[in-house]
Amino acid sequence: MQVDVYQHTFANGLTLLAERMEHVRSAAFNFLVPAGCAFDPPDQLGMGSVLADLLTRGAGPRDSRQLTFDLDNLGLDRGEGVGLMHMHLWGATVARNLPAALEIYADILRRPHLPDEELSAVKALAYQDLRALEDEPRSKVFVVLRKHLYPTPLSNDRRGTAEGIANITSEAVRRHHHRWFQPDGAILSVAGNIEWQPLRDQVERLFGDWNGSADCTLNLGPQPPRRAHVAKDLEQTQITVAYPSVPIGHPDYYAALGAVHILSSPGGMSSRLFTEIREKRGLCYAVSAGHDMLKDRANVVVYAGTTNDRAQETLDVLLAELRRLQDGIEAEEVERIQAGIKSGLIMQQESTRARASFLASDWYYLGRVRSYQEIQSAIDGLSPALILDHVRRYPPRDFVIVTLGPKPLTG
Amino acid sequence: MPFHSHLLANGLQIIGETSPSARSAALGFFVRTGARDETPEESGVTHFLEHMVFKGTSRRTALDVNRDFDRIGADYNAFTSEENTVFHAAVLPEYLPQAVDILADILRPSLREDDFDMEKKVILEEIGMYEDQPMWSAYDHAKRLYFAEHKLGNSILGTPESITALTRDQMYAYFQRRYVAPNIIVAAAGNFEWPRFVDLIEKHCGPWQKGAVGREGVSETRGSGRFEVLTRDKVMQEHVFLISPGPPADSPLRYAADLLGMAIGDDSGSRLYWALIDPGLADSADCSFHEYEGTGAFYTSFSCQPEQAQEDLRIVMELLHDVQKNGIREEELNQARSKVLSRVVRGSERPKGRMMALGMNWIYQHGYRSVDDELRAFEAVTLADIRQVLERYPLDQVTALALGPLAQLHAEEHG
Repeated sequence: MQVDVYQHTFANGLTLLAERMEHVRSAAFNFLVPAGCAFDPPDQLGMGSVLADLLTRGAGPRDSRQLTFDLDNLGLDRGEGVGLMHMHLWGATVARNLPAALEIYADILRRPHLPDEELSAVKALAYQDLRALEDEPRSKVFVVLRKHLYPTPLSNDRRGTAEGIANITSEAVRRHHHRWFQPDGAILSVAGNIEWQPLRDQVERLFGDWNGSADCTLNLGPQPPRRAHVAKDLEQTQITVAYPSVPIGHPDYYAALGAVHILSSPGGMSSRLFTEIREKRGLCYAVSAGHDMLKDRANVVVYAGTTNDRAQETLDVLLAELRRLQDGIEAEEVERIQAGIKSGLIMQQESTRARASFLASDWYYLGRVRSYQEIQSAIDGLSPALILDHVRRYPPRDFVIVTLGPKPLTG
Repeated sequence: MPFHSHLLANGLQIIGETSPSARSAALGFFVRTGARDETPEESGVTHFLEHMVFKGTSRRTALDVNRDFDRIGADYNAFTSEENTVFHAAVLPEYLPQAVDILADILRPSLREDDFDMEKKVILEEIGMYEDQPMWSAYDHAKRLYFAEHKLGNSILGTPESITALTRDQMYAYFQRRYVAPNIIVAAAGNFEWPRFVDLIEKHCGPWQKGAVGREGVSETRGSGRFEVLTRDKVMQEHVFLISPGPPADSPLRYAADLLGMAIGDDSGSRLYWALIDPGLADSADCSFHEYEGTGAFYTSFSCQPEQAQEDLRIVMELLHDVQKNGIREEELNQARSKVLSRVVRGSERPKGRMMALGMNWIYQHGYRSVDDELRAFEAVTLADIRQVLERYPLDQVTALALGPLAQLHAEEHG
């Protein structure tokens, strides 16, 4: 499959990536700025989220209402997300409206008003976000899991803390914006029915004279304890289990990905956890495993939500399944995950948003964009022996186990 | 993108739109049956049956079904609504025959007793999962309060009691009644060859039984108009739903209703956004138009800190009264329209999205509608159409429900 991917890093360090997709009428973009919640000031946790909300409340010549009105009239679906390492500003619309949207985003990134008078409303929203988390047990358990999986500040959550939000001032927001919204290390990816040369020229005109860089060094705290239970009176117990894996770029990466898919393939239902826990025992409705990745480390993260009186059994079966990985993997299982990954890769070509986010992510992790052929040949190369060797090098053990529900579990 | 249709002798309808440049092909079996077609004793059977369809046939065990789908890398699933049960899969073009083979096969499930008993546990887990999500709980209760005796108020999941009491034979009887060929539409979109597809469906589904179709209790409703507060001490935020009447799915006013819902409650730049989210008075606020056979409704909702709920409710009611009285402005209509047009274009770029639209349009619009037909219909909406929606379906005639820590909350006429 031929895919046209373009890349250019401007003199100020901003990288532009683009993929031309002739078969679609839309285009999507994704800005990654190194202003994730790991960089929140330790006494102002929640800063990234507050800044993200304020960014679109007026920028350049437009006030908050005009900005929203103009973006809406471009048919732009958009969002500002605060991840661990980056703030993501994404948008998607019909391709002909992309240049006008980028003009406005240059203002949002470089010339936001960050109005003083809106800060209290934005902080009120941030407090409510924290409270709303208490009404979403599944999200809550993952937030607590991170606290036990990673040292600070890698364990930060975008919602921050009530004390952190209280400490945020307008002046601090401006400082935070100035410190982290820098072109060196920022990535803009675009996918859709676009022309490379005019896009590159426009981005050069909008961002070429932006200068500066951010120091993204993090000082890590100690490794936290590996067990936690949050007591809460609910119908179900939320269970998360995690153990170390390897990140992208590591020689074992594709084998590690294969191992995770054998446990739980996205969308697939014949993988081990679904079969053993849901299909054969009816222990839960939702069970899944994923690969949680930072640049220098990764974990396999497993989730199950189940009725309280069957929670211990669910955890026991789950841990037994994780340990059983080392006992052997069938050729049939590997063939099925190869088929799933292959079709997922090809179908990604039908979504401009998915491609824009793939480009940015590859660039961040690898400093290049992997071709379809490269990934496909790595996936084709997977075998039971290869995955088993990896699992034996990185056996499922040293589990971090975090639960949320009426009673703690043993495991 | 050429459209094709073919009716099998047993009444099963096949439709498709081919697009040779697509990377995949998507197909769906739309069974026109949902929670509203259940008797009280069968509550939850449609959704439970959707699960059981994946548990095997005379040719396949449950594990075989999952493995066969995964072997071809299918992106597959199913969902149950008040009116439809949809089984769908997107695959690379070369695997379409296998996808048809699996989907058509599982649509004639064995419903084995031991699988039934095992899956019952999974359904009870699913009910438990939703119980722990107050926003969903509030939605479900509000819908029941609004529709009251109307069959659209039937719960999709059922209750732990109704599911526990349900027998395999009751499910089989329901299956025999509702999964008949004339009640099923097969839709496909993307990269596939139409004649070959028809042959495949004919081969697999041609022998399916005929039977009577249709549903009882199709009528317009304006809701009970009741107001209820459900106190839940352990919930943090107050979750409030207000439901008001709207046009049915086959009404020409549906496009105007959709745009009106967006202008009031889309997540960016809508009336509710400026009234509640921008000033930080609620953590979520939404209004959207839901359409059904025979009736429709606007669902307005918000969640906020309990102490803010009374004031927010007042603001929302004032907003709804204002829209009812004065309508929306031309610029608001255009703003909503720009968003919808862009979403229609992008949604149709994936065969999966297009297949869903084809199937739903066939069911509700009684025919084929191209992407351009849809775009033109939204382009044509005027403020006069919006006014007509409001006149026929008063937006401020609400049924309301609040779920959260509050012991009481006053509807405006009492407060």
